[in-house]
Amino acid sequence: MTIHLSILVFFPALMGVVAAASPRTLAPKILLLGTLIPLAYTAYMITDFDAGAGLQYVTDDAWIDELGIRYKLGVDGLNLWLIALTCVVAFASAVWLSVRVPEDRAGLFCFHFGLGQTAVLGAFVAQDLALFVLFFDLMLVPFYFLVGQWGSGDRAAAALKMVIYTLVGSLLMLAAAVATAVLSRADGPLTFVLTDLQANPLPESTQKWLFVAFALAFLIKMPAFPFQGWMPDAYRSMPLPALAFFSGVVSKVAAYGFLKLVLPLFPAAVNDWNVILLILAVISILYGSIQAFTQTNARLILGYSSVAQLGFITLGIFAIDTAGQGAQGALLQSINHGLVVAPLFFVIALLAERAEGSEDIRDYGGIAFRAPVLAALFLIVALATLAMPGSANFAGEFLILLGAFSSVQALAFLASIGVILASVYALRMYIRSMHNRVGPKVTSFDLSVRDGLVLVPLVVAIIAFALYPQLALDAGEATVRSTVEAVLR
Amino acid sequence: MKGPSINWEALSPFIALVAGLCVVLLVGLARSAFIRRQVVPFLTLVALGTTAGLGIWQWDINEAIINEALVVDNLSLALLMIFVAGGIAATFLSWRSIASAEAGEGEYYALMLTSILGMLVLVAANDLVVLFIGFELLSIPLYVMCATHMRREQSLESGLKYLIIGSVGSATLLYGLAMLYGAAGGTNYADIAAAADEFADDVLFMIGIGLVLAGLAFKASVAPFHQWTPDVYEGAPTPVTGFMAVATKAAAFGVILRLFVGPLIDATTTWAPAFATLAVITIIVGNVGAIGQTSLKRMLAYSSVAQAGYMIAGVVVTTRLGVAATVFYLAIYVVMNLAAFAVITARERETGLGDDISSLYGLGRERPLLAWPMTISMLALAGFPVTAGFFGKLYLIDAAVDNGYGWLAVVIVLGSAVSLAYYLRVVAAVWMQDAPATSKTLSAVPVIAGGSPEADDEARARGVEPGTDVGRVVSEDFGEPSMVTAGERLAQPEVVFVAVVCALVTIAFGVYPEPLLDVARDAGEAFLNLI
Repeated sequence: MTIHLSILVFFPALMGVVAAASPRTLAPKILLLGTLIPLAYTAYMITDFDAGAGLQYVTDDAWIDELGIRYKLGVDGLNLWLIALTCVVAFASAVWLSVRVPEDRAGLFCFHFGLGQTAVLGAFVAQDLALFVLFFDLMLVPFYFLVGQWGSGDRAAAALKMVIYTLVGSLLMLAAAVATAVLSRADGPLTFVLTDLQANPLPESTQKWLFVAFALAFLIKMPAFPFQGWMPDAYRSMPLPALAFFSGVVSKVAAYGFLKLVLPLFPAAVNDWNVILLILAVISILYGSIQAFTQTNARLILGYSSVAQLGFITLGIFAIDTAGQGAQGALLQSINHGLVVAPLFFVIALLAERAEGSEDIRDYGGIAFRAPVLAALFLIVALATLAMPGSANFAGEFLILLGAFSSVQALAFLASIGVILASVYALRMYIRSMHNRVGPKVTSFDLSVRDGLVLVPLVVAIIAFALYPQLALDAGEATVRSTVEAVLR
Repeated sequence: MKGPSINWEALSPFIALVAGLCVVLLVGLARSAFIRRQVVPFLTLVALGTTAGLGIWQWDINEAIINEALVVDNLSLALLMIFVAGGIAATFLSWRSIASAEAGEGEYYALMLTSILGMLVLVAANDLVVLFIGFELLSIPLYVMCATHMRREQSLESGLKYLIIGSVGSATLLYGLAMLYGAAGGTNYADIAAAADEFADDVLFMIGIGLVLAGLAFKASVAPFHQWTPDVYEGAPTPVTGFMAVATKAAAFGVILRLFVGPLIDATTTWAPAFATLAVITIIVGNVGAIGQTSLKRMLAYSSVAQAGYMIAGVVVTTRLGVAATVFYLAIYVVMNLAAFAVITARERETGLGDDISSLYGLGRERPLLAWPMTISMLALAGFPVTAGFFGKLYLIDAAVDNGYGWLAVVIVLGSAVSLAYYLRVVAAVWMQDAPATSKTLSAVPVIAGGSPEADDEARARGVEPGTDVGRVVSEDFGEPSMVTAGERLAQPEVVFVAVVCALVTIAFGVYPEPLLDVARDAGEAFLNLI
């Protein structure tokens, strides 16, 4: 079977268009199909993937000759498992949508969701800088509409804030991307293809400025301290199935961007700037963790915990240790975090249903007594979040810290405090909702089968990954190592 | 005495426009309402279509004609296509508008064709005198068209304001042209080009350049010469505003490219810093001014100021790439804006809210065919991907960085970031606001001038006192006049058609811009001396 990445990328959006024209009950089913096919495709790709063969399943066509932009897609060790993560989380969200169809304009909701998945997949597989920027900016559009139309509270303001924050970074990145291509051509034709750009490295003074623009875009997208200002409003407002996907996957595009674009294209600048990035990463870890165990809104607890987790990922990427363990850990942790945060958001929705719609953990309590199955699933996910030994998160954080200790010991020491804090906020959330006295608003009941359809596969995926994280590590090892070595040189 | 030999084939687009406007003017005299209301706009479309066809036929001739007074090359012809596209869209939007009915259809459409002829002469001019003729031929009909909505005070005010400020612009330009002539000793561009190298530091020549730049900046609404733009855009009938916004902008930038990147190229050191400074001011003024506007037309006016700022970047780099990027941006600017103006036109007729942003509330839920074009237009203007606006910005940034204007590229993207605040406000109005409760209250609009005799006669024939139905829909095609906040759906397929087609083209060029890029590159190649 030949793998056509275009089908993988555009199928969800295509089905989204069909769903938009369908009646309310049918639309989520069509979206489900739209996410199922890419999932099956990815599963086949994982079995077929050859870890030693570099870029595979390449689609490389002329697109815009005048601007040197090629339609080049490909899969390598870096993005293979992130694609898988995207498809798994999107599928889970689509299942959630089919069992809980949005009341209002469900077809349009499905369209925006499908477009979002297409944009994320496109950003992951793009092997052309302009194409990456295009998909990266495109990701914002569907989520703007999802927050603005189906969000809660002051949704229009939250949506606007999110777009302005993230697009400031993205637009600077657009200018920087064009500058990279224009400046690195030595009288040759203009090209945005990544391998060509890597072949002509820019002088260090130029790299420095371009690095800043790219780093800004990715740090805002993550979000990392001090660019997290848009996150609380957007997280509070975004409808849950979209939020699970957004938090689980979209923020990983930023981490992937660092590994795929910034490190190979601006190696000299990475050496100059990485201390600043590392300091921001450590602040993100500490700030995010502290916020996470002081907030009472369950969504914000997860939001700030994501800030902390992405701080770990940034730490790993910029550790730049000789063995490349930090970056490998970062890649692994990107997948792990996506895999745990998505089910946690679904759990919040289920908790809210048992507490008169409240998402404040002070209103929860004692839910486990009548919902043992839900409690068990929640516990597994919570333990994975706090990187319990035996979980894949443990392996990820371990590698990140190992890499950081061998290059920047002081910062690594500070970062390891974050591991302890993670157990505080994860367990606090679990205990406050599941144990304790029965909350005033709580009327608990156990997980229904249809909700189990969403949660159980995700939990199974977490367990499977915990047992054998080596799968993802093996696929990415060669690429990550060569990337880091290029920086060290 | 024998005149200069004339290449009639190359001149044919001009002739088609002149013939078209004569025919339209004469047919417009007919008594029959059907002929005036339906045949006249149809003939206008025919004239425009013929012009476009002749332009395509003459593609790639690149020849100076009539004693080198005019140059018919790919730049002129590419811009002609833009004018024609703007004209066709404006014709559709005016088809049932009150403005054309009140002014008399024949006059209205003839004025529009005259204006397009002026634009074509302006951008094809190869001589300072021809340039000025084109400039006035373009401007004067527009002054009148702005005031065609005769019973609305704002429309008359708009026309008057445009006339006064436009005349100042023309005078400035003329003064500048005179000085250039004085310094160069000839009016042909070749004479200017010869002088540019020699007299680049000459005071007379520099003042001439400065005045010409100011005069053209008035037309292109480049800050600080933009002050007329919001008032005129807001007051003019919406179809006219749409036409003005896209076609005049293209004409002004066409002549700026032709003159500054052409004969004045050797004086780049004199004018480029001034122009680059204006670009920064324009981007700031336009984007900041547009924030907080509740009138959509005012908002689009400031947005057009900001967009002019982006396009200046393509001029100051003085490369073929820059010219191509500017032409490309002008072309997509047409479709992006016309989609928005079509939606505004449609809502103006259906609700009594005019062009207020509240007229868009609830559109996403009820009117997908209007909601999507508006959304796509706004996202494209903001430069989101998968719309033509993304590649437009990318191309301009490419051109700017390519010739050492990286800082201007940064200003462009920062300006775009600010612009999100007002473009997304419109998108939010379309999708995230509920439609207001229907209200049947009439809002009185002051009557300060009479309509055309014909319109008054018609009103009397219907048993209505002339002038009392102002602000309401007068055409019988729309049934009962209404003045409601959320009006009944009107059958105005031609307006929806314009909106949808423009939106589709915006998306199509956002996915596959190659054909348009080829045209833009051909236009850029009109400047043989550039790299």
